[in-house]
Amino acid sequence: MKSSPVKTIVAVGIGAALFFVLGRFVAIPSPVPNTNISTQYGLLAFMAVMFGPVAGALIGFIGHTLIDFSYGWGIWWSWVIASACFGVIAGLAANRLRIEDGEFGTKGIITFNVFQVIGHVIAWGVIAPVLDILMYKEPANKVFMQGLVGGAANIVTTAIIGTLLCVAYAASRPKKGSLSRED
Amino acid sequence: MRNIFNYIDRPSPIHDLTGATKLICLLLWTFAAMLTYDTRFLAALSVGGLLLFAVSKIRIRDVSFMLGFTVIFMVLNNVLVFLFSPLHGVTIYGTKHVLFTISSRYVVTAEQLFYHLNLVLKYLSTIPIVLLFVCTTNPSEFAASLNRIGVKYSIAYAVALALRYIPDVQRAYHEISQAQQARGIEMSRKQTLFKRLKSAGAILIPLIISSMDRIDTISNAMELRGFGKNKKRSWYMARPFRAADFASMAAGALLLVISIGLNIVNGGRFYNPFIS
Repeated sequence: MKSSPVKTIVAVGIGAALFFVLGRFVAIPSPVPNTNISTQYGLLAFMAVMFGPVAGALIGFIGHTLIDFSYGWGIWWSWVIASACFGVIAGLAANRLRIEDGEFGTKGIITFNVFQVIGHVIAWGVIAPVLDILMYKEPANKVFMQGLVGGAANIVTTAIIGTLLCVAYAASRPKKGSLSRED
Repeated sequence: MRNIFNYIDRPSPIHDLTGATKLICLLLWTFAAMLTYDTRFLAALSVGGLLLFAVSKIRIRDVSFMLGFTVIFMVLNNVLVFLFSPLHGVTIYGTKHVLFTISSRYVVTAEQLFYHLNLVLKYLSTIPIVLLFVCTTNPSEFAASLNRIGVKYSIAYAVALALRYIPDVQRAYHEISQAQQARGIEMSRKQTLFKRLKSAGAILIPLIISSMDRIDTISNAMELRGFGKNKKRSWYMARPFRAADFASMAAGALLLVISIGLNIVNGGRFYNPFIS
């Protein structure tokens, strides 16, 4: 979607605020410690496909940093960067989707989910654990396990919540070409 | 609505520093603590952080609820490390001093315990300083500080917007959630996970659609006022640097230098007392 730079900045601000509120107050605990089933990634994927990869990266980065700040445990840079990367990859789908024009059919759902799955696999399966090992020297099998569980949970939540959001938003938009000139 | 970032306005030398100084010091301090696993240095940072805490006149009571989360996070992380890799310390330090045996896989070694001590110190060295930053920096000044340290002002402004709208979004979420619960949506543990996710969707959809409208309203207002026209902007909350600011930043830089130096001296990230 083509939008003005000012709109992108505002979208980043509001998106990060939403990401923060969802991540901080709507987290459903999962059986594996330190890993929540987080609804915010569905939102992040939706915002990223609406406003593009740059907005996606910034929303993930700012939102995640603010969450870490508010818990006061320091900023876990490896996971913050992973969130930003997920935003970029999900945002790459932006040009292939026309949600703003009210179009989000089966093809759109498949495109959206392919991108979000790739994004989560790269972010939590590769970037977060590798950075954890490089920056914090944590045991490899522990961080990969955390990444896998977190990533799998994120894929499921994004598939459900992200898709629901896209469908609902597309339905609220007037279809492109829904008006025709009267002869 | 409770102030989530827990900014506490009390006169103290730390509060008097500009937001930009505190942000730079925070980054230097956390990077210094992140780069090395030198036990002596981390212990010194922990003590230093606690001293600064005392200087700032922030009381433990003010931050107890944040500390709670952190302690849980720290304990869980340590337990997980031990469960997944009970001999991680042995691989790092290269020697094996067995203290006692739990089972064939879980052997408690001095190296492992020392590694856990380092992990705990790593938290202790950063937590006070992060809490200090959060409690002594006015959120409105935070955006101005970001711009000061070289972040593009459009991005600094996005952070300012996020901080400004977090309470609004929180309130909207609460209202929608109550309205949906009144209509019979349930998110408690009694429901299956799939149902809970669907209920979360029923709250998120109105929240996000209304937020999209909000984005339109705000960006229109900003465009009408010519936002983004000039290369620079001024900040209402920005303050000039003073001597204390420069001194603090120099101290922060020194910590980072020491940390890098220790990595070279120790020949790696870890300080190894087992091989002398």
